[in-house]
This record gives sequence, structure tokens and C-alpha cells, in this order.
Amino acid sequence: MRRKDVLDLDDFSVEELNEVLQTADAMKEVLSRPIKRVPPLRGKTIVNCFYEPSTRTRVSFELAAKNLSADVVNISASGSSVEKGESLVDTTRTLQALGADMVIMRHPHAGAPYLVARQLEASVINAGDGWHAHPSQALLDVYTVRERLGSIAGRKVVIIGDILHSRVARSNIWAFTTLGAEVVLCGPPTLIPPGIEQAVAEVLRCKSGDGVHKEHAAVRVQYDLDKACEDADVLMALRIQKERQTGGLLPSLREYTRLYGLTKERVARAKFGALVMHPGPMNEGIEIMPDVAYGPQSVIEEQVTNGVAVRMALLYLLAGGRSGRL
Amino acid sequence: MAVTRDPGAARDPAPAGGAAGAPLSSSSEKVILDEEGVRRALTRIAHEILERHQGTEGLLLVGMRRRGVPLARRLAALIAEFEQVQVPVGELDVTMFRDDLELRGTRTAVHPSSMPNRVTDARIVLVDDVLYTGRTVRAALEAILSYGRPRQVQLAVLVDRGHRELPIRADYVGKNLPTARDEQVEVRLREVDGTDEVVLVREEQANA
Repeated sequence: MRRKDVLDLDDFSVEELNEVLQTADAMKEVLSRPIKRVPPLRGKTIVNCFYEPSTRTRVSFELAAKNLSADVVNISASGSSVEKGESLVDTTRTLQALGADMVIMRHPHAGAPYLVARQLEASVINAGDGWHAHPSQALLDVYTVRERLGSIAGRKVVIIGDILHSRVARSNIWAFTTLGAEVVLCGPPTLIPPGIEQAVAEVLRCKSGDGVHKEHAAVRVQYDLDKACEDADVLMALRIQKERQTGGLLPSLREYTRLYGLTKERVARAKFGALVMHPGPMNEGIEIMPDVAYGPQSVIEEQVTNGVAVRMALLYLLAGGRSGRL
Repeated sequence: MAVTRDPGAARDPAPAGGAAGAPLSSSSEKVILDEEGVRRALTRIAHEILERHQGTEGLLLVGMRRRGVPLARRLAALIAEFEQVQVPVGELDVTMFRDDLELRGTRTAVHPSSMPNRVTDARIVLVDDVLYTGRTVRAALEAILSYGRPRQVQLAVLVDRGHRELPIRADYVGKNLPTARDEQVEVRLREVDGTDEVVLVREEQANA
């Protein structure tokens, strides 16, 4: 991988995606050892810079870094100089001066990690910027599907919920379509960006020199969840934020659950052995029923485990980047 | 330019079937071990391991990726032939423990290792194709420790080409081959390269 940063998956080639996935295989084996530690990032300092709350992503990155023998520093917005009004650029300049080798950033504004990446020599990994991108989540989702189903090309992946506000959905769209899967977006019309099918098709057309699979219409919108579930290989439920109801985008949460909640009956419409996924944290009883979330087809816990392996892969691959970039 | 000065080469048997071949545009190859030579070396090493260990108790062969793995499997097959016991074989990828990762630029590809459960108290024989500076073996020792605490670790190599940079030595050697630093020792194995042979590759000076 010859890039300094991982900010979004929209410009990842098939080869680069596979490189991450194969490296994650090796990292997953490390996680199965009695001592889950390897030395490639020894002496490196990795800063977790989270301007938005997070438990699983932040801890996942921290564990990944520590497993690679890096030193980890955590910065969260509260309790830091950000409260005194220090700007993002000033914060990152300080990090550079302190010798950070890598910065992992989550920020409520789309594009913030891009600004930081331009300012820093250090590598920057986007851990979520506004509604825009969450590359490591999509990579672990793809990894989980590949591990369980063996392949991505030709699969039907249904992403259910508030697509409009979801960086997880956007990054998953890029990852799955680049690898040749068909992605179906299902949710209330108010929560699906208009024109998204054409927009994604246009980007993939521009990328097609990278060997992007072209057998399927990459992204489809389907407002009827029962129909969308038919023949699906993957059913991925997204968290619905309760604030959307007060914002006028949803009539009521109960109606959302009736139309778009992932129930056992809907899962039964999918292919035999289809996977149930969720990026977490879950609103049980709203977008996903508990018997589905904890049922036999759920891989939600595996997603979390795989998250550490995939993040280790990203850190490992980026750490060599600078010396390779001539 | 490197001048042939290694006495070992003079004592080698003539390569079978003119295997040295015509020189490539800028390098020449000399066959050090042909297929028979490789087979005999491995047979001898298998016997030596059994003799030294007085059997197969606790024995675990660990092949170092990449070519150490088929060599380890072949040793296990030979041991099974001689003693009717199936010795477990592990595969070890030591990439992440290398001491030269920084120097290599873009990260070297890593692959999953595969080690059997019982590493603690095992008597491990690490298997690799060529022993050179010893740094890869040092990395392997560290990698093994993340699986447990073996009772003993020994080293078996097909070729020892000298130039150690660390205090590492092999317990079982197929062939001692003094080399110059700018020579390459290439081990080819049926499982990976389609043929069994060990060749010494010399860069020829381009003559005007």
C-alpha cells in the first residue's frame, strides 16, 4: 500500500482492498496466540484523536496499536485544550511537534481528517468524519463477509436504515461494490439520498480501470424491506438515531420498526445462511430484534473481533508507507 | 569482482545433466545440489534428528516460510517412514519479527502462521532452506515465544552459507557452502519452484 493516509475507501483499488484483507488474515492469527503481540510498530507513537464519543472504535484501534507494540495516546475533545478553543489545525501541529507517527481521528465534520492529513507528515486514519466515511468499519465488514461466505463478488448485500446520515453505509458501498458485490439500500425515502444510484455508478465508471468488477448494477435502492431481503447474502442493519424522529424525517420510531425493523421473518426471506450484521451500538427492538441480533445467523460479535485484526492490518501497512513514498 | 575461491565448489560432484546451463545475460548459476543431493541431505538430517532426540517424543518441526515449510514436511514424512510416527509440523511466518522492516519501505506481505497447540515443553526443530546472517532465525525464536515456552529449539538448514551477524548456529546442516557476499544461494523446491536443486548465482561482470 503506497499511501500516507486512509481517509476513505472510494479510491481504493481491488488490489489494495485485498492487500488489507490478506494482511488481516495474518493479524487474526496473531490474535489467536497466547501472546498477542508482535513488534513491527515498536517505538511508534499513535494518537487517538476523538472529537466524538466512541467506545468500540477507539478501543479497537488502541488494542490494534498495542498489539503491534506501538505506544498509544488518547485525546478526546472534552478535557483537552479544544475546550479552551484550540483549533483543529493547532492541535495537529502540536501533535506533530510531539512526535506522533500516526493519528487516528474521529470528528463530527466531514473532511476534518483531510485537513489534518495535509498538515501532518504523520499518517492519518479516518475513524469517522461526520456522515462521510468510516473506512475501517467497512473493511472489517467486508472481512467478516469474506471469512464467512468465502467471496464477495456476486453477493447481494442489503444495507438497511438511515443511509443519508451513515458514514458506515457510504464506506460499505465503496468497499462492497469495488469487490463486485451488489449493494441494495433499503430505508425510508426520507433517509436515502436521492440520486445515489447514479452517483455511485459514475464513480465506479471512473474507477473501472482498476479492475472493478462490472457484472452488477452496483447500487440499487429498494424501499420495501421484505422484497429487499429476498435472496440476500448479507443483511446489515444500521443504527437509527432517535433524533431523526424529532427532526421530522420519521413519523415515529414504531412505524420505522414496523417497516424497517430486522425481524426473524424478514431474515427468513434471505438466502439460507445469510449473515446478519450491525456496526453497533444496537437499538434492540427498533432497527433489529434481539432474537435476530443474538440469533444463529448474527455475526455481530465477529465483526468486533475482526475489527481489531483489520485495524492492525491498516496500521501495519501504513507504517511502511513513508519510507516507500519517494 | 568476486573471484571463485571457495574450496567447497572444487570438491562438489559434477552437476547432473549439464544443469549449469548457459550464463544468463548478467549472472551465472552453478548447481551445488541436484535432486538426488537434496534427497540425500534431507534423509541424513532426518536420521540425525532422530539420533539426537533418541526418538520422536515431544518433537515439533517448524518450517519457516517460505521454503522451510515444504522442507519441514519432507522431514516429517521421512521420520514417519523410519519410525512410523507422525511428528506435527508448524508453519511460521516471521515477517513481523524481522529487524529490517523499516529498511524495506512499503510493508512486506505477511501471511498467517499455523502452529500446533503444544508449543510449551515441545522440542522444536526450526527448519529453513538457507542460513546466512542468522537474523531470520533470531526473528523466528522471538515469534515462537509468543506461542509458549518450548523445552528446546534446534535448527536444521539445507544450506549454511556463512557470514553470520548474530551468535546463531545450525544443529543440522545439509551442506556447508562458503560464499561471497555478492553471491546468491537459491534453493528451489518441487513444491514451490517445480524442481529440486540448490544453485549458487554469481553476477558476471559485463564485459565491453
